[in-house]
Amino acid sequence: MITNVKRYEDVAVGEELPELRIPLTRTMIVATAIASRDYQDVHHDPSLAVERGSKDVFMNILTTNGLVDRYVTGWAGPAAVVKAIRIRLGAPNYPGDTMVLTGTVTAKHDDRRVEIAVRGVNEIGPHVTGTVVVRLPGQGIDS
Amino acid sequence: MSDSAYEDRLQAWVGRELVTRRPGQDPVNVPMIRHWVEAMEDDNPVYLDEDAARATGRDGVVAPASMLQAWTMRGYAASVSPDAERTGSDELTDLLAEGGYTSVVATDSEFEFHRELVPGDHVSVEETLEAISPEKKTALGPGRFISTVKTYRDASGEIVATQRWRMLRFRPAAKPEPAPKAPRPRPAINHDNEFWFAAAREHRLVIQRCADCKSLRHPPGPCCPQCGSFGWDTVESAGEGHVYTYVVNHHPRHPAFDYPLVVAVIELTEGTRLIANMTGVEPGDVEIGMPVVLDWIDPDPDLSLPVFRPAVAEES
Repeated sequence: MITNVKRYEDVAVGEELPELRIPLTRTMIVATAIASRDYQDVHHDPSLAVERGSKDVFMNILTTNGLVDRYVTGWAGPAAVVKAIRIRLGAPNYPGDTMVLTGTVTAKHDDRRVEIAVRGVNEIGPHVTGTVVVRLPGQGIDS
Repeated sequence: MSDSAYEDRLQAWVGRELVTRRPGQDPVNVPMIRHWVEAMEDDNPVYLDEDAARATGRDGVVAPASMLQAWTMRGYAASVSPDAERTGSDELTDLLAEGGYTSVVATDSEFEFHRELVPGDHVSVEETLEAISPEKKTALGPGRFISTVKTYRDASGEIVATQRWRMLRFRPAAKPEPAPKAPRPRPAINHDNEFWFAAAREHRLVIQRCADCKSLRHPPGPCCPQCGSFGWDTVESAGEGHVYTYVVNHHPRHPAFDYPLVVAVIELTEGTRLIANMTGVEPGDVEIGMPVVLDWIDPDPDLSLPVFRPAVAEES
């Protein structure tokens, strides 16, 4: 059983995605780093992170990709196929902060690809800015 | 080496393959997908629910697109092992460290996905260096941006995705000086004890001696408790003794001290006792009777104080 299948025809350029607030706990930052098999100490060891010039452990970029993916496909529905995720990182995601993701549909292409501009902001500033491209199902078409 | 020679060595890497095609440790599989979607709190059903995935027109579950890079990560053992097979990427990391760029942060990732991955797909990655920027000033410290392209292929060699990847390799900016520690409480210096603190500033531990009966005494005082004489001089201690007794102070805390704080009564071989801190020993390892030797601390320019550390037995 699937719900929330967004079709290409349902989407308009300029449409805004509902905001998603993601609490950034220390456990989540470590759990996601390990789930992405990233064992760089700056993502789990606070004292080594400080030694390397950071104020604390911080989220790894693979997780930012995962969260941006979750945000857009959560809106686009399970039938959406992700064709591109292009991100730039800014302010680090530190434990205790909250990242607020927002998005806007910026383009629609004939092959049912839809581009969404995504931005994730924490208390310091923009953590991530980027674009996600998904291909949506059309009317009467499954995928 | 001159700056330009270093620059040449760096730029020689442009266009080179940093990682030759290397397969991921495991094929795409459901347990790792579950680990990922749980950590990401991604409840899209197409990653774990076969029926839901088929209802979207797929043949079965697929891996999250963003998870691609995870399939080719080296894994924990290789991440921490100094014996892991070295790649060009490791050599470039060393060369950058030689230039002081010891820290790293990823700044850009641009994935283009050619197809979705399904359980059983065995993905490999190869990585080529595109560019190394000149040194730039960044909020993290001076650094260089390293741009690469990663190409992901399935077992048949077909490209499943490409990823433009950019990292900043930087010299951590100097940390601000820590706030100065609170000054150590001042001793109450008077005419009777100033000689003792003056000697301490010269790292000499002295003991007051009666000029008449020659008995030693501490703490300093105007009058010999043995014979009542007001005449005195000093002798210099050899700086050896043992722990007569001690306490370990946990509370209340004064900001000038590190805790737990050992406060010991040291009996010197000359026979007098004095109160001092201990160094070079864990509080739990201090024992009554422990042989100790003199050391000195200089908490600030006006104050030097004796401390005692465990005497090390002569190695035979």
